[in-house]
Amino acid sequence: MSVTERPGPVLAPPPGARGLADGATSDRAPDASTAPPGVLAALRWGLVRDLRIAVRSRAELGVQILFYVIVVSLFPLATSPERNLLQTLGPGVLWVAALLASLLSLPRLFASDFADGTLEQMALSPFALPALVGGKVLAHWLATGLPLVLLAPLLGLQYALDAEVLGIVAFSLLVGTPILSLVGAIGAALTLATRGGGSLLALLVLPLYVPVLIFGAGSADALRGGLSAAPNLSLLAAGLLVAIVGAPLAAAAAVRIALD
Amino acid sequence: MLEAHDLAARRGSLLLFEGISVQVPPGTALVVSGRNGSGKTTLLRILAGVTRPAAGRVTWHGRDVARHDPSVRADICFAGHVPALKDELTATENLHALATLAGERTGPLALRRALADVGLDARRHLPARALSQGQRRRIALARMSIGRQRLWLLDEPATALDADGLALLGSLVARHLAGGGTLVAATHQRLDLPADRVQTLTLS
Repeated sequence: MSVTERPGPVLAPPPGARGLADGATSDRAPDASTAPPGVLAALRWGLVRDLRIAVRSRAELGVQILFYVIVVSLFPLATSPERNLLQTLGPGVLWVAALLASLLSLPRLFASDFADGTLEQMALSPFALPALVGGKVLAHWLATGLPLVLLAPLLGLQYALDAEVLGIVAFSLLVGTPILSLVGAIGAALTLATRGGGSLLALLVLPLYVPVLIFGAGSADALRGGLSAAPNLSLLAAGLLVAIVGAPLAAAAAVRIALD
Repeated sequence: MLEAHDLAARRGSLLLFEGISVQVPPGTALVVSGRNGSGKTTLLRILAGVTRPAAGRVTWHGRDVARHDPSVRADICFAGHVPALKDELTATENLHALATLAGERTGPLALRRALADVGLDARRHLPARALSQGQRRRIALARMSIGRQRLWLLDEPATALDADGLALLGSLVARHLAGGGTLVAATHQRLDLPADRVQTLTLS
């Protein structure tokens, strides 16, 4: 393939522009001394903007929360109403439902920003992309993860769980659901440019959710078995710290690949 | 000065272009033309640093644009063929989000003035979903006018604009060039630019 260029690749600046450019700001090199915009400002940008959008599109959030409520409520109907069985099932069901509900909302995390060009602007911004992505993930968790945490004790009543177990389930969800949003963000970013991204996303992300599920649901089981929930919760918290540091970086790298 | 050295781009196995070298000094414009699919958008994305070229490099005042250098980023305004608006947000909120993202600190007054300049004062509180294509484009114009970036990379800037909008775009570009700014526009329409400051590049 050939390229034709006219009138020629190099053009001398016109006299007028040169005169303006010399003394003024326009011919200077980019100023390296200005500090790059802060990480906190970048986090705030993603957080405020996405929360505002989430509030304006409440219906979509409602669907996800309703899905969670229905899935949790299906199990007592499908199995026997025997108290012991429900108490055994309860924490696990709450966790699995949270996993599925989180999966339901993940494709929305980046898809519309990818389609409307916002993601491009984010990648080209002077802000650090991982911090912008981090703000978006935080907003995603506040809008989709936190409601699950708050609903869990209420829904747990269907399983005849006592207060202590309900508290531990809610607390483990509080520590665990941010991990779901963070790890899910990596998957959502990786599947941006693929067709049928939604189902691929589930295949990609669900195996990564398994440790979170084990330690999360395991904490309540330990308590019911007369042990301490602390080891499970500590591991979950450690996982959260790793995810907070690593996931925004990985998701930002995946976003850059999707845009390329 | 925007400089591109020996750029090549491919999409899959198809070679879009190769051996493109251009220098665009301050105060001048480069208009990239070519038929559909000739790689205009790809070239612009390479110049912006979104897409990596198959060969060659692009520098802005001697710095590689493909590195994520905040001082280079703060200097480049890339307006793609979609204007990066969120349907749920109002015109003002959209403009504020985009300006903030570009590193600008803008108060409510500056936002209102920028929207009034592009004829959207009466619509500034409407959600973007209620705006027409041309009005959405005008928000992109407001973003260009509010920023202080010295390199504008515009992909089909004239799309969906009416005669008024085109005149607005023309005056913005003229002011940008007169102030020593640099412009690269990919378009198949004629842009009204001062002839002595424009070079053209035709991709085939």
